Amino acid sequence: MPKIMFASHVQRHVPAPDRVVAGETVRAALDAVFEHNLLLRGYVLDDQGHLRKHVTIFVDGARIVDRQGLSDRVNPDGEIHVLQALSGG
Amino acid sequence: MTADRIRVATRKGLFTLTHTRGAWRIGAPAFLGDPVSMMLDDPRDGALYAALNLGHFGVKLRRSRDDGKSWEELAGPAFPPQPEGAEGSPWKLVQIWSLEAGTGTEPGVLWAGTIPGGLFRSDDHGDSWRLVRSLWDRPERLQWLGGGYDHPGIHSIVVDPRDGRRVTVGISCGGVWHTDDAGDNWRNVAQGMRAGYMPPDQQGNENVQDPHRVVASRAGPDILWTQHHSRIFRRGADAAGWIELDTAPLSGFGFAVAVHPADPDTAWFVPAESDAKRVPVDARWVVNRTQDGGRSFETFSAGLPQDACYDLVYRHGLDIDARGRWLAMGSTSGSLWVSGDQGESWFCAAANLPPIYAVRFAG
Repeated sequence: MPKIMFASHVQRHVPAPDRVVAGETVRAALDAVFEHNLLLRGYVLDDQGHLRKHVTIFVDGARIVDRQGLSDRVNPDGEIHVLQALSGG
Repeated sequence: MTADRIRVATRKGLFTLTHTRGAWRIGAPAFLGDPVSMMLDDPRDGALYAALNLGHFGVKLRRSRDDGKSWEELAGPAFPPQPEGAEGSPWKLVQIWSLEAGTGTEPGVLWAGTIPGGLFRSDDHGDSWRLVRSLWDRPERLQWLGGGYDHPGIHSIVVDPRDGRRVTVGISCGGVWHTDDAGDNWRNVAQGMRAGYMPPDQQGNENVQDPHRVVASRAGPDILWTQHHSRIFRRGADAAGWIELDTAPLSGFGFAVAVHPADPDTAWFVPAESDAKRVPVDARWVVNRTQDGGRSFETFSAGLPQDACYDLVYRHGLDIDARGRWLAMGSTSGSLWVSGDQGESWFCAAANLPPIYAVRFAG
């Protein structure tokens, strides 16, 4: 199952330990995390469930393309990194 | 009796100054490093609220029930799903721009104004919030304009202390809206304002007015003051419309206004060079005061920098305490000034803070 990791910046505000979760897409993997950590959802996604403007996600080293639907595929042994984008200051 | 305190929301945290042993002393900041867009001390239960605007991770609302020693995160305002094809600003929270408590007879009621121009209400001390759809769904909202931001925003919420169902909100740029029935119905009450930045045939359009800040005195809540983008305006108790005041010295432009809690005819303004520059006129920091409802003004500069000063006091950067004893103002350059004599002289209480977004007396 994919492993998902959150940048230390977000952990200043809300606990976000590394997790191994089921999910074939970025959306599914994130939902699996948020199911147990609802507060974290608001740090990563906006009101409409889109990726926040100044948050970025890499899957196996490649930046995701679908920032609204989060439909980018994730391999069973993939690694997902959720990071703050430098555009946010 | 609780000590006098000033909360200061800045780009890098929330600061508190306390008046002890004859001096204003600054304490350790909360949320150091994080932008704080607004704060509220709820006089009804002592709760302290802080709205953060985290650069990466969005808008957050925190509450403290022990005067800032510890904080809990609240769900905070959020927009509902945006319908397909909905026009206007994206239904995404950009900033909490105003926070106000309801009256003493409605415990738990809080109001939040946001960018984009949403008004939110909580009935449970901020634990949950709902968008006031009766205002958000007004067709006139599509005429509103961003003022200093990409999208319109609600920066002023005036709750009538005699009746909490009567609420007035100021919108940059969308005029001044009022409800008599807790938000079931709204009407734009910006008649009389004039938007000098619009084409001639649109300058009287209520829905494009930019009242930078709207305030009212507790002693006369039917009288409204605004520092508008184009001029100072006052709306009398007869609600006959806003009267343009061209008597303010130096400049009619500025952002902030404060009104005396016990005298609706006494108000303070911080003039700035209009509007392409937005710095103190002639690099001298002054405060204008009227005590006769705007018929005349006095200008005060004692204690304020009078040379090479480029501090700007933003719309929430000027406040008066509930007893009308102290005034405080903070600048985008990080200076905080306090007056104990009705604005006639000032002293610097802190000179090197981060850029100041809002100044409020606690309690």
